[in-house]
Amino acid sequence: MNETNRNTANDDYIVSMRNVNKWFGNFHVLKDINLNVKKGERIVICGPSGSGKSTVIRCINHLEEHQEGEIIVDGIEVGNDVKLIHQVRREVGMCFQHFNLFPHLTILDNLTLAPIWVRNMPKKEAEEIAMKYLERVRIPEQASKYPGQLSGGQQQRVAIARSLCMNPKVMLFDEPTSALDPEMISEVLDVMVELAEGGMTMICVTHEMGFAKRVADRVIFMDAGQIIEENEPQAFFNNPQSERTKLFLSQIIQH
Amino acid sequence: MSVTKQLLPDRPAPISQIGPIAWLRENLFSGPFNTLATILSLYFLYLVIPPVFDWVFFSANWQGETRDACTNSGACWVFIIQRFEQFMYGFYPENLHWRPNLAGLLLVLLVVPLFFKRVPHKGWIAAFILLIYPVIAYFLLHGGAAGLEEVNTGKWGGLMLTLILSIFGIVAALPIGILLALGRRSSMPIVRAVCTVYIELWRGAPLITVLFMSSVMLPLFLPEGVDIDKLARAMVGIAMFQSAYVAEAVRGGLQAIPKGQYEAAEAMGLTYWKSMRLVILPQALKLSIPGMVNTFIELFKDTSLVLIIGLFDLLAIIQQANADSSWLGFDTEGYIFAAVVYWIFCFGMSRYSLALEKKLDTGHRH
Repeated sequence: MNETNRNTANDDYIVSMRNVNKWFGNFHVLKDINLNVKKGERIVICGPSGSGKSTVIRCINHLEEHQEGEIIVDGIEVGNDVKLIHQVRREVGMCFQHFNLFPHLTILDNLTLAPIWVRNMPKKEAEEIAMKYLERVRIPEQASKYPGQLSGGQQQRVAIARSLCMNPKVMLFDEPTSALDPEMISEVLDVMVELAEGGMTMICVTHEMGFAKRVADRVIFMDAGQIIEENEPQAFFNNPQSERTKLFLSQIIQH
Repeated sequence: MSVTKQLLPDRPAPISQIGPIAWLRENLFSGPFNTLATILSLYFLYLVIPPVFDWVFFSANWQGETRDACTNSGACWVFIIQRFEQFMYGFYPENLHWRPNLAGLLLVLLVVPLFFKRVPHKGWIAAFILLIYPVIAYFLLHGGAAGLEEVNTGKWGGLMLTLILSIFGIVAALPIGILLALGRRSSMPIVRAVCTVYIELWRGAPLITVLFMSSVMLPLFLPEGVDIDKLARAMVGIAMFQSAYVAEAVRGGLQAIPKGQYEAAEAMGLTYWKSMRLVILPQALKLSIPGMVNTFIELFKDTSLVLIIGLFDLLAIIQQANADSSWLGFDTEGYIFAAVVYWIFCFGMSRYSLALEKKLDTGHRH
């Protein structure tokens, strides 16, 4: 395959992982991961804990380093070049299980930090954009408060708005609802559904199967560092192929 | 099955739970042991307070110029009053006291606006204080230029010297300490090793050795004819010593910041220095305030060790006055005065740090 071909092939994909392997010490945590995500695609990754699903998405913005294989995000290879990594991170938003808002800054300052200091946006413009996204996640009235004064669900919505302020090309979600009280999960999922319906490219690690059925284009099941099964949600849930997928699905919907 | 149709209104707490009587019972007389302790403490205060007050205030001597004026049985504050100027300025020429006064006033005028929320350009004021003020203060105190009479640093002394040493030590040690703390947590092994060695070396030596080194040993290594001012050497020694302690206090703060904060800052595309400056350090420094202020208070008191290299700080100048043959026998008054002055500054730092912690509290617990 020549260089031109490869580039045109990659142009369709906003995220492309090829034969990615990763070790934590001697522990082989990711094994030959191949994952291509097209613009506008919504991917849900699920699997038992320790299966490497969080590690996969953390490799995409280089929060974790992979040792083998190739990760290309928006045409940029994620490797050892720090400048390129910063470039990739500017285009990739991420929401964490524990929100990771900056507790010493107001909600508004949390949202404007990256646009001002990474994109060199004037403060006023950054604040206008921040308010726009706070309205979209339905908490503009909290702008002057501190994260510690908000509920978990509100904090996660702020975290989503914070990522959106950078106008990302891809959004990564790392179990965004796992740390929330049950009554707050739906307010976060509602925002995520809206985001998906707006055409955002999303890669979500989540156990919310309802969300997966509703918005995902593809569901990926991982176990022991490998992608075991990958299918459209309808087929994935109604007709799982692998025994391990069947077992996993039966365990999570048993109760 | 049962259903509650009406929500109950809140009622006030029973009187035995609130109010002064409840407070007394709960805190002072909650049991036989506590009651006994309360009574014994009150008796002890009764024994101690009246004679102390009598000595300090009621039977004390306030007026006069020599020791002969001290005829009452109480403290002889005449000694302190007569020597007050010297305690403040050391041997700085009396007719030039306006110069340190002006330098001090200038510093106060510059620093005070920083405490008010509405003042604009705080960054520039702070930069002025850190970069330009020291030069102004040096020329005011030392003179030797622009028609100001030169006053050798050997004549600087008293509280003025104590403040110069501590303020310089604190202000210079803060940035160095922060860099050392970041270096000690660096992922680069050489940077980490250098910072660790520096911190452990300076922390492993008593300040008194550092001062001896700076004043006795250092000149041996300098080429002949090169003479660095003794005070300057002590200041540098103190700053380097103090920075090791600040580094450890800051490292404690850095370690308490959850990994998620680093990751969130990184994931946004912030560079290392920007994420430190904007996200990590503001939180880590807030957490290290108690530890840092602790070392600052220690430093403030430890500056009295410069006595052994022949600098006359507040304590040294008081001791020297105690030994004056015309004022023999008033050591107690002198040391009490020294203790009160040290206490005012240390307590001030302690209260300020508490207020700062409260101000920076955003209701978040990691």
